[in-house]
Amino acid sequence: MFTQLSITILLLPLLGFLLMIFFGKRLPRQGDWLSAGIISIAFLSSLYLLITKVGSHSEEVFVTTFSWVLVGSLDIQFGILVDNLTAVMLVVVTLVSTLVHVFSIAYMKDDVRYSRYFAYLGLFSFSMLGIVITDNLLLLYVFWELVGLSSYLLIGHWYEKKSASNAANKAFIVNRVGDFGMFIGIMILFATYSTFTFETIFNSIDAGQLPFESSGWLTAAGILIFCGAVGKSAQFPLHVWLPDAMEGPTPVSALIHAATMVAAGVYMVARVFPMLTADALLVIAYIGAITALIAATIAITQYDIKKVLAYSTISQLGYMIMALGVGAYTAGFMHLVTHAAFKAGLFLGSGSVIYAMHKVLHAQDDHHTDAQDIRNMGGLKSKMPITYWTFLIFTLAISGIPFTSGFLSKDEILAGSYAFSTINGHWLLPVIGFFVAGLTAFYMFRLLILTFHGKPSDKSRIDGISESPTVMIIPLMVLASLSLFFFYSFNPFAAADGWFFGAIERPMSMVPQMLQPASNTVFDEALHHVHTPAMILSILFAVAGILMAFTLYKWKKISASTIAEKAGFLYKGALNKWYFDEIYDKVFVGGIHSLMKALRWFDENIIDGIVNGSATVVRGISSISGWIDNNIVDGLVNATAASADRAGTLLSKIQTGKVQTYLVYVVFSFLVLFVLFM
Amino acid sequence: MIQWLAEPGLTHFLIVSAILFSLGLMAILTKRNIIMVLMGVELILNSANINFIAFSRFTELSLDGQMIGLFVIIIAAAEAAVALAIALNVYNRFKSINLDDISLMKG
Repeated sequence: MFTQLSITILLLPLLGFLLMIFFGKRLPRQGDWLSAGIISIAFLSSLYLLITKVGSHSEEVFVTTFSWVLVGSLDIQFGILVDNLTAVMLVVVTLVSTLVHVFSIAYMKDDVRYSRYFAYLGLFSFSMLGIVITDNLLLLYVFWELVGLSSYLLIGHWYEKKSASNAANKAFIVNRVGDFGMFIGIMILFATYSTFTFETIFNSIDAGQLPFESSGWLTAAGILIFCGAVGKSAQFPLHVWLPDAMEGPTPVSALIHAATMVAAGVYMVARVFPMLTADALLVIAYIGAITALIAATIAITQYDIKKVLAYSTISQLGYMIMALGVGAYTAGFMHLVTHAAFKAGLFLGSGSVIYAMHKVLHAQDDHHTDAQDIRNMGGLKSKMPITYWTFLIFTLAISGIPFTSGFLSKDEILAGSYAFSTINGHWLLPVIGFFVAGLTAFYMFRLLILTFHGKPSDKSRIDGISESPTVMIIPLMVLASLSLFFFYSFNPFAAADGWFFGAIERPMSMVPQMLQPASNTVFDEALHHVHTPAMILSILFAVAGILMAFTLYKWKKISASTIAEKAGFLYKGALNKWYFDEIYDKVFVGGIHSLMKALRWFDENIIDGIVNGSATVVRGISSISGWIDNNIVDGLVNATAASADRAGTLLSKIQTGKVQTYLVYVVFSFLVLFVLFM
Repeated sequence: MIQWLAEPGLTHFLIVSAILFSLGLMAILTKRNIIMVLMGVELILNSANINFIAFSRFTELSLDGQMIGLFVIIIAAAEAAVALAIALNVYNRFKSINLDDISLMKG
């Protein structure tokens, strides 16, 4: 049942995509009800699947395989894998997708490519669900590229804008770098095990079979596959594409660049977790921590509401990756789920704000003011109460305040990294973790205060602001309720008591004993010791961050600009995103440009020289052979023809046409022969 | 000489035949009229007939030569019929039976 149901869930959005792309424009209302309806059915099916799976088949794993490609002895399987991880992800993806579909009905109203937009949302949902339910790396890779494609199409939805098409290209190309590493990793595994299936690969590793008989290669394969996640989940050093991806429509940012696609990297690392060695996991943990820190510092200085959220997303993804790296598997995955809800909510909330701003600016005929700049907002609280209150809940959740879902998962991650440091002594990880928790609270409340509290930046503008339509408000309220603790655990201070921790368990590591990370029991033991201090610390850091934000931006006790001046290069660095874009531009884009110049010189001088030289030689040879042709060969042919002609003229004289002459010849010849032979 | 003339043998017949052949050939080569040429052909056929009969009389071939002579006469009759038909057609075509006028095959 699980297999059929999950395939149905997978294919429903594909059906929606096909219907919308071919008939969308001709349907009434351009078919938005069709897309939204189809994805809602998929969501309800997923919900049913999750409840059945976790409720009554929690321990079981359902795998169904079909033969896909059969070449000689090579048999590539198409497989469906349904375990609790899959079931949870199915619900997350379809739920956020459904809400984004509903939200978009109002947000994208009157868009020039309205039906196409919904078609691409369907394509994206299909690809994302494909990543979730597949049981092998090859198919995962295929769907991985498909989400990249739909992300590209949706970022570039308003491709008339140069910045949007550039952002789409950047997202695609930067992802290509990570995917290249992932592909090599997959191929290392395939070269060794001749299969793409997770289970077979894990079992082979468990049986002691290592890639190229070396544990180093196993670590390398793990890190290379993780490279795919670095690209897709916007981890350092490939995080640069995600802020630019905010050029897409805001609901798309909520769906793809906050809740689902960027989480695909986290999901993928969770999926291949059993084959990751301790070394690979350490690399993963540090990449996650660095990402979390860098993105959080940048987020503090940004003024574009979506950019702040984008960097916050990168930072939270860093948390998830770090959690998986330190072995807090369930916590990392849970943060994926809770983050999907509150970050999608934050993006949709910002979409609601931007929508209202756009409407006002449009009414005022003002095309210069940036509708996304928080300096142009302020005081929206009373005008958009529902947006404000839901936004507040999401902000509390991402800051990790108790009674929210974000507290549950973030607290577990911080405790996990703390526990990890007590086992291995990598104290930098929890330090960064707690520090970033404070930063997160700070920049999120900065965003909230600057947007909704305080003095309006423009009196006439604020008067025009009104609450967004109901179809945009409902998704916000749904997501706000999902950001509360009781959906995940009835004890607001212990995620481990909830169904989530019961359903998702860290899988056994399959790598050889000496390469394994700390086992579950050791880790849980350490976790048990540090849990309470970690919780208190995380609350303290969050509250400190919030207080800082209020002091700086609400009560104005300290001027933010003075601090910025004092911080000097730190502030300038963060404001300029630590110059990643500039460095990449100089090193990679510039490097490729100069390489291309060198290649061009090589092309124009050496290759062209060779080509031209050989052309001259060929011309010389051909003129000689042409002379031979014209004079010697043609001469022979003409001479033959001329001699035949002359012989003909001569012989035709004998042919008089008179019978008697011929007879004379006969008689004469006869006489000659007679004389000769008798 | 008188003796040789008084006792006719094979040689005499052959000489007559040769003269007849030469006369026929002469007629064929020199006459411009198709009918005359055909007559020359008849002369040659008859010279051949004389040869057959002479060899039949003076050698051991018994009556074989005379049989073939009869055949030749019959075939000559057939040939004359065909040749005269051709001559008639030639006349229809060229309005002339002068062989010099009939030279379409001149190279």
